Amino acid sequence: MRQSLLALLAKEPAHGYELKQALEQIFGSAYPSPNIGQIYVTLSRLEKDGLVRVVDVEQSNRPNKKVYYLTAAGREALDVWVDEPTEGPRVRDEFFMKLVLAPMTGIADRMALISRQRRHYLALMRDLNELAERTDQGNRVALLLIEGAMLHLQADLDWLERCQEDLS
Amino acid sequence: MSPPPPPIVNTVNLVKIYQNGGVPVPAVRGVDLQVEAGQFVAVMGPSGSGKSTLVHMIGGLDARTSGEIWLDGKRADTLNESAWALLRRQKIGFVFQFFNLVANMTVADNVELPALLAGASPREARERREYLLGELGLADRADAAPAQLAGGEQQRVALARALANRPSLLLADEPTGNLDSRNTRDVLRLLSEVHRDGQTIIMVTHDARVASLADRVVSLLDGEIVDDGAVGPARRRPRATAGDVVELRG
Repeated sequence: MRQSLLALLAKEPAHGYELKQALEQIFGSAYPSPNIGQIYVTLSRLEKDGLVRVVDVEQSNRPNKKVYYLTAAGREALDVWVDEPTEGPRVRDEFFMKLVLAPMTGIADRMALISRQRRHYLALMRDLNELAERTDQGNRVALLLIEGAMLHLQADLDWLERCQEDLS
Repeated sequence: MSPPPPPIVNTVNLVKIYQNGGVPVPAVRGVDLQVEAGQFVAVMGPSGSGKSTLVHMIGGLDARTSGEIWLDGKRADTLNESAWALLRRQKIGFVFQFFNLVANMTVADNVELPALLAGASPREARERREYLLGELGLADRADAAPAQLAGGEQQRVALARALANRPSLLLADEPTGNLDSRNTRDVLRLLSEVHRDGQTIIMVTHDARVASLADRVVSLLDGEIVDDGAVGPARRRPRATAGDVVELRG
């Protein structure tokens, strides 16, 4: 959230609600709709850290509007974020912990764990299929995000199969 | 009360043992599988788990070692080769990982042929072909020869051909193995549509997008069914958008 707000503010100053709308518009239904409270909390933290500055803009008939600007330090933090390589996919998997540890203690059988997990992944995949169908086909960003999630799920399923072959 | 209709497919303790230089290699070890009319079953499992062998036996392309195969309430495993060929022509559509299109016929003729062989009129066959190729984004390839098509296109033609006949059973072995994600989407859409119209489907697949459309997933391991059940809804709270399916870092 911090970085996406900094990136939006690098484009132009904005108030909190505009930032929420921009996020929704860009990522569509593929991205959890940000809560306005969360946005203001994040903005005030960014302000405390000196990455954004807030200016009260007077409005006739309405309370003042708080408009947020990116500071030089904010710009630098954004540059660092964009330039550094992004962390790869997770390598520690909670399911794998269960798969290895549960049978040792007699809590659960591996085959049952694998079967249940496979069904769960397929159910998630079905959700993603439905989400892709509901998404505006012109929103490339949202569709790519969904396709990325599908490819990750496929990899998880392939790995599940490897676990089944080698651990059963 | 009339008795319930028999399952489209019923296998009883189905076994296949290949001989590899005199050494018996079991591929399928006692599979009992019932598939009701209109059901879409995905068969999953690691390579060598017996998935393809099972589906080939159900279609009569591979002889069983022991056990029974019943199709539409009739015993099929005891049929000779020509009786199997007739049964396939009338009732079964097949899609393989490799397409087996007739090289010296156009795409359109490849797709129409099975319908014509099964007794459809030329007009019915043409209309069905136009619908299927259109759904798969291949309408403008109808007059091409298979060799002029990319692998993904040939794969989709093979699917159209398998469905031309409105078979009571569609058997498929990795039908999206050669497709990129856009073409896969076309295939998924067509499969959902024919399934909604009542097509019974048994499909071997590694592709989770395809498997997630199925009513039921059968998992094989070492030639045996180790899981068989519905793909349920994901266990999560109801929501306005499906946004929390996708979790971004940050």
